[in-house]
Amino acid sequence: MAAIEILDLEKSYLVGFWRKRPKVALRPLRLTIETGEVFGFLGPNGAGKTTTLKLLMGLVFPTAGTARILGLAMDDPRVKSQIGFLPEQPYFYDHLTARELLDYYGQLSGVPAKGRSARVEQMLSRVGLSDSAGAQLRKFSKGMLQRVGLAQAILHDPKLVFLDEPMSGLDPMGRREVRDLIQQLRHEGKTVFFSTHILSDAEALCDRVGVIHQGELRGVGAVAELTSETQGRVEIVFFAQRVPAALANLGAEARVSGDMVNAVLPEEQQNAALDVLRRENIKLISLTPVRRSLEEYYVQKLRPTEGRKEDDRKEESRKGVGV
Amino acid sequence: MNARIGYIAFNTFREAVRDRVLYNLIAFALLLSGAAILVGEVSIDIERLVVVNLGLTAVSLFGVVIAIFIGIGLVSKEIDRRTLYTVLSRPVRRWEFVVGKFFGLTGTLVVNTFLMAVGVLLALLYVAHRFEKMDAWVLVAFYFIILQFLMVCALALFFSSFSTPLLSAVFTFALFVIGSLAEDLRGFARLAPGVAGGLAKAIAYLVPNFSALNVINQVAHGDAVPGRLILYNTVYALLYSAMAISAAALIFQRRNLK
Repeated sequence: MAAIEILDLEKSYLVGFWRKRPKVALRPLRLTIETGEVFGFLGPNGAGKTTTLKLLMGLVFPTAGTARILGLAMDDPRVKSQIGFLPEQPYFYDHLTARELLDYYGQLSGVPAKGRSARVEQMLSRVGLSDSAGAQLRKFSKGMLQRVGLAQAILHDPKLVFLDEPMSGLDPMGRREVRDLIQQLRHEGKTVFFSTHILSDAEALCDRVGVIHQGELRGVGAVAELTSETQGRVEIVFFAQRVPAALANLGAEARVSGDMVNAVLPEEQQNAALDVLRRENIKLISLTPVRRSLEEYYVQKLRPTEGRKEDDRKEESRKGVGV
Repeated sequence: MNARIGYIAFNTFREAVRDRVLYNLIAFALLLSGAAILVGEVSIDIERLVVVNLGLTAVSLFGVVIAIFIGIGLVSKEIDRRTLYTVLSRPVRRWEFVVGKFFGLTGTLVVNTFLMAVGVLLALLYVAHRFEKMDAWVLVAFYFIILQFLMVCALALFFSSFSTPLLSAVFTFALFVIGSLAEDLRGFARLAPGVAGGLAKAIAYLVPNFSALNVINQVAHGDAVPGRLILYNTVYALLYSAMAISAAALIFQRRNLK
């Protein structure tokens, strides 16, 4: 069963003081997230990521379209007890302690009174806040608030977790801890839908990613597939202080750094290049196909429509699909 | 009562109390006691009248400002700071949130008024040296003040369900002032002819009638408050507040939380 089915969800706002005109925040979005999947929703600031999450949470209402969450209509009250949500840069009640806040959210989520306080302590410990649990939240740093936000999102053991920019405002250690937490959620069989613009996090965590820009979904793909695609080029690294002329003639783009040369050349020239190295008695360090990074995929999807179509045509012809 | 409404109400109360709103009352009580001592020194025979008048008017005005301030602040703050997101992404219906907030605010205001009433009664005891039977009507005046706060709070929530905090404060305070003159408005409406009269009458009956809840002068003179008025005022304030809260919930139900 799909955990989330977004069916042409669309949102536009009326802007302007006197003459109201519609501003499109999200163009019709169709997307399916499978159960147990970690899905990364990528896009620059203002792309429509937060709007999508707010629509799914029922915080704003769609102009058109709908969605099904865990097999139920998105506005079905039963959905809310099975999902967790961390908003972007969360802010909580200043005068409550972390423990009181989690207890309050536990009450609202229907966590039974018996065992609630144990569950709260467990969550506090899971996000590393046991020592600060009695302090009022107004004394918390941004990173600590983010941890509280994560704890409240998973407090009631939801099946599906929505995280809006979960790494935002965290130091490298904090980011790592959040990554570990998402990995743990995956192992527990939870579905995680998170938005981010930090590509390395998405690459490390996600099964699939979707790229959204200017309110439009530009592409969806499995991270493993995207990053395993070769570019029809190979990278050769060898010990040398200069680039052999014969190698340059094969069309290699080379860079010398110290005693090492790093050369990239078309795949079909690979054997000829190895012959050159053998002839000149040069020690080879590595030969690897050049793979596409998530960043390249992301940048490609963010290009204006015409440039993107051209890239897509090239990609299809390289795969042999035809134009 | 729905348990979630209770949780939201308790949390609202806890937030408001810790937000040091109530601490202002200590300053108020001290000021009032100081004023009572001063009044006791300069008034002859009318100490009681002056203290009751001064005390109840101050409680009413001071309380209305607090009711508007926290009534508007707590809801718009939840929207501005996005604390509402983590509440509404749980199995909480929007109307439950509005009603819970209202009860939490009401609780805060009742505690507020209770503390201020203690200040006024102590001042009264200081100048009069003992309580008399007619002082029981002062308690009725406090009860009416609480009913007034209920309505102000409901109006503040109503306006903040669709407007900015500043405009909500202006609208609520304006309605409080107009409502305090409701009886005069009704008098004018009776005198005005034709369509204008009908319109004035409609407006006069639409605005909250705060003047009926003001018995300060009456109790200051030691006059009794009729039981029928207590009943009418109670029913009126509860119905008016319920209507304002229902309207707030209906508007809030459809609001996009940007």
